[in-house]
Order: sequence, then C-alpha cells, then structure tokens
Amino acid sequence: MHNNYFKAIMTLVRKVGMHLFLLFLGFWVLMPFLWMITASLKPPELFNAPPHLIPIYFHWSNYIVAFQTAPFGRYYLNTLIVVLGIVPSQLFLSSLAGYAFARLNFWGKKLLFMLLLSTLMVPMYVTIIPSYLIIKKLGLLNTYLGLILPFGVSAFGIFLFRQFYVSFPKELEDRALIDGCSRLQIWRYIFLPLSKPALAALGIFSFLFAWNSFLWPLIITTDPKMWTIQLGLAMFSGKYTTHWTPLMAGTTVSVLPAIVLFIVFQKYYIKHLVLSTRLG
Amino acid sequence: MAEVIVKGLTKKYGKVKAVDNLNLDIRDGELVVLLGPSGCGKTTTLRCIAGLEVPDTGEIWIGGRCVNNVPPKDRDIAMVFQSYALYPHMTVFENIAFPLKMRKTPKREINVRVKTVAEKLDIIELLGRKPAELSGGQQQRVALAAALVREPKVFLMDEPLSNIDAKLRIFMRTEIKKLQRELKITTIYVTHDQIEAMAIADRIGVMNHGKLQQFSSPDELYLNPENAFVAGFIGSPPMNMIEGDLVQLDEEVLVDAKLFTLKLPGTLNTLKALKSRRVLVGIRPEDIRVLREETESINFKAQVCGIEPLGVNTIVILEAGPVLLRAVVPGDLRFFAGEKVGVVLPQSRVYIFDGETGERVK
Repeated sequence: MHNNYFKAIMTLVRKVGMHLFLLFLGFWVLMPFLWMITASLKPPELFNAPPHLIPIYFHWSNYIVAFQTAPFGRYYLNTLIVVLGIVPSQLFLSSLAGYAFARLNFWGKKLLFMLLLSTLMVPMYVTIIPSYLIIKKLGLLNTYLGLILPFGVSAFGIFLFRQFYVSFPKELEDRALIDGCSRLQIWRYIFLPLSKPALAALGIFSFLFAWNSFLWPLIITTDPKMWTIQLGLAMFSGKYTTHWTPLMAGTTVSVLPAIVLFIVFQKYYIKHLVLSTRLG
Repeated sequence: MAEVIVKGLTKKYGKVKAVDNLNLDIRDGELVVLLGPSGCGKTTTLRCIAGLEVPDTGEIWIGGRCVNNVPPKDRDIAMVFQSYALYPHMTVFENIAFPLKMRKTPKREINVRVKTVAEKLDIIELLGRKPAELSGGQQQRVALAAALVREPKVFLMDEPLSNIDAKLRIFMRTEIKKLQRELKITTIYVTHDQIEAMAIADRIGVMNHGKLQQFSSPDELYLNPENAFVAGFIGSPPMNMIEGDLVQLDEEVLVDAKLFTLKLPGTLNTLKALKSRRVLVGIRPEDIRVLREETESINFKAQVCGIEPLGVNTIVILEAGPVLLRAVVPGDLRFFAGEKVGVVLPQSRVYIFDGETGERVK
C-alpha cells in the first residue's frame, strides 16, 4: 500500500520535473523570438535603463518605417519566386535521384553515392567562387534562374530520400512491376505518394535554406530590384549604426512564413524525424 | 490459359546455387505447389517465372512462348505476395483497379471488372477502405482480387496464407482451390506447409537445396516417396527413420536395425546398386501398430514416454533403446507414460532408403 503511494508520488515528481525542464528549454528557444517581437514594438531608442522586455507603449509605426525605408513587397516577391523555384526542384530531383540510388542497379552506383556523400563535407564557401564564375558565364547574374539553379538539388536531399526509400518493402515494387509499371511509374504512383514525411522534411529544410539565404544573393545580385528579403534586412544595419527597431519589425515579418509553414507541416516533419531515428 | 515449362533453370547468388537445374512441366489449368523448407529455392523459382529474377541458365516458357527476355508486365501473369503487397496509400478499389489502370483500360470497364471480382471474393463493402483498416484475412482477399482482376494466364502465389491465423488459413486454402477450379487458371503456389500443399495441389514439386526432389500428385508423394527427404517432409507427424545395416543371409536380404530385423522382399541382385550397406528404415507413424499384449507378430518392445492427444487421434511417443518413434493411434485408445507395449511394423508399409544417397530402395 505504502509502496504504491510512494511510487505514485515518484511518478508525479518525475513528470513535474520533466515538464519544468522542458519549459526551461522551451523558454531559451523562444527567448530570441520574444525579444525580436518586443523589440519591433519598442521606441527607436531601444536600449533604456532600466531595460524593459515588454515596451510600455507599442510602437506599431516601426513596421511602417520598415516598409517605407525599403521596398519589402518587392523583396518578398523575389524571395517567394526563388523559394518556389528551389523547393519543388529540390523535392522532384532529390526524390528521383534518391529512388535511383535506393532501388536501381547500375554500374558504379556505390562509388557514385560515396562521391555524392563526400560533397556533403565540402563547405559552401569553397564552391562559391566557381559557382559564381559558372553563373556569370551562363549570363545569369541578376536573374531568378541564377538565384535558383545552384540550389535546385542537393546531396543532402538525395541522401535523405535514398535512406527513406531503402526501407520500402521490395514486394511493393515487385507487384508494381507485374502490374505493368515502368520504373518511372513506380516512382510516380507508389514511392512518391508514400514519401509525404520525407517530402515535408526536405520541403521545410530547403524552404528555410532558400528563405534565409544571404551570401549567394548578395554575390550574384547587384541590382536592388533582384534583392531578397535577407538582403533587404541587411540594409538596416549600416557601418556605424543599426536601426534596430525597424530591423526587428522587418525580421518579424520575414520569419512569419517559415513559422506558418512549420506549423502546417510539423506532423509530417516529426514523423520523418521519428522514422529516421528508428531506421538510423 | 497456358502451360508453364521450366527447362534447366539455374540461379546463383554469389557462390550459392539457389536453384539447380530445375525442370518443371506444368499443364494448362493445373494447380502446382512448390514445397520445401526455407531456402530450398522455391520462391526464387517463382520469381524467375514472374520475371523478377533473371535466371543464370535455363529457359522459361509460358503458353508456348519463351519469356526469358520478356519483362514481368508482358508475361501475362499475376502474383500474390506473402505480405500481400497492397499499396498503403490507395483504397481497396484503387488497389484492385491499379493493374487495369496501368494497362489503360477504359474507366467504365475498370469499374465493372473491379466490382465483379470484389463480389466474387466477398469484399464489395471494403472497396472504400485503406489496407491499414483491414484484417489480415481481408487484406489477403484484396490481394487475390488485385491479382485476379486482370484474368492472367498464370497465377503465381508466394506463401499467400502464411500471415493469417490457422483457422482462417484452412478456410482460405479451400477458397483458393475452389476459385482456381472455377477459373481454370494455371497456378503455381509456393509454400513450406506440407499439409496446405497436400490439401490444394494437383501436383506437388518437392524441393531441397535448389533441386527438385520429386514432382507428383499428393497421393503418389505420400505413398511412393522417391527419397528419404520427400518421405520425411510429407506427412505429419513425419515418417520415423531408423538406421540399420543390410545383412546377407543365404539368398535373402535382411535389414538389421539392432532392435529388430526385417526381411526385404527383393533378392540380392536388386540391391547391388546400393552405394553402402547402411540404410534408413522408414515407417509412417500412422502405419505403426501399438499393442498392449505380447503377440508373436510384434517386431520389438518399447516404452511409452509421452502422449499427445489430438482428439480423433493420439500421437504416442515410443522409446526403444536409442530409438525414438512416433505412432498415431485412434483417439479412444488410451496409453500411459511408462507403459510397456509391443510395436508392429507392417512389412508392406516399410520403406527402405539408401543410407548415403537417401534414394529409395525398391
């Protein structure tokens, strides 16, 4: 009897402790967002003594200032076009290549896959100059295609899909072959519809990558009309001063789509994480 | 409808010969079962016939056409897999309709054919569900329907009943046999369950280590096994095997199995082909007679060391020296552990096998 009572208390203590710990972690994750949002509503003289986390008056005008200072609408549109180019291309090409690596037998497959994996170890900054030279040679500076093309497919995406498809039962594919599917039709009718978790995961990854991309657009766009949101935000931080409040207002607006996307697709994303840990 | 001929089929995986020079001649409309323990090459054979594996050597003929270079989809076959292989993202209707859709059958015809086959298999009310919402038996029926809907020339089944419970399995094997009789589609069925094989097959091909051991009707396999492997594999409980030596006594040949001696019907000449003097004496549990009283006809005495009552029959486990035998007696005969009994091995029901090659000595 006493033993049971003691056990129940211990379970409760453990649960409360766990939740407190998670709350603590959650607080540290949310803190920068909270600071960003409150800073976007503070008066221009951001740093006061004593400091307030929540401003006394909400300065919504910071948002108007941000949008008046820079053509954020245009930046938004540019970023959207780049994202709409990169994300579907990543999903389409990575899943096709992943299927080939997981399911087809061709000469040099293993070597090619190792080669592909080895490119994951090369930092982007190493390839940025040759990439720039290629894009310049192709006459794609200051174009959407120039912003999209180098990121249309990634070794990471191919790897992710390959791992996902390797776990598919072989019998499904065998049946599809007998049912009359070509290899491409197997991918289209069987593998792709069953890839929602992997599609959502890579979708979110590549969206965040494209949305937050700064260095590449900075290098290949000289025309402000082609700037993306991240370049626009950089306008607020000058050499000597940074206009923190409109910068934070712009940043708040810029992270919204990413947050909305994550909330919508988090079900699949988490599913993928669970799957990959189980497989890994 | 079509006959299936396999000529000299060999398939290797690395150094292992999964199928070794296999020859099969399956008649039009016949239900043939490939039977054997796991790893005996039966599934590989089926996959070669389906076109999912490429044979190293040998030819496969379906309906008078060599199909070695024909892709699976053009062989006019359908296959039911062990795991059913239902597409999880499609409804039952879509699953059944898929092979027709891939062959660009008009929508109206797809509708009619899916409904007809669903009615035949009694799954019409499941058409809107996803595979995950079905029981094992229902999934099995859907897999059958998806294979039948195209009315293929040859129907291939790879252990289709191994994932469902025992009771349903017995029911489904009757259904499959009935369906096959009705449609007269040449069917090749792979299983490791000899009872299932005996129950449904017109002919059974028993395989071991990639080789065909015997290809005959269930009765023939049971009554006239060609070697010790087939004899031991067919029948439940399996045939008892007792080691012995051949002994020559004047013009007669005897088997000396320490416990008992048996006179062989043949003369010495018929046994000259034997490679060794070691033999295996085989007797089916149901042919052994267990007697309480000691009569002259008994071959040897034994002690009951266990009983397994099965209702109609009882399996009596007998111990005689180093030999352990199983006998099947009528369920109303009661024996008790520790009881001393007399054992009769009817001469006409005894099989002798070569101790080295396992071949039957006739």
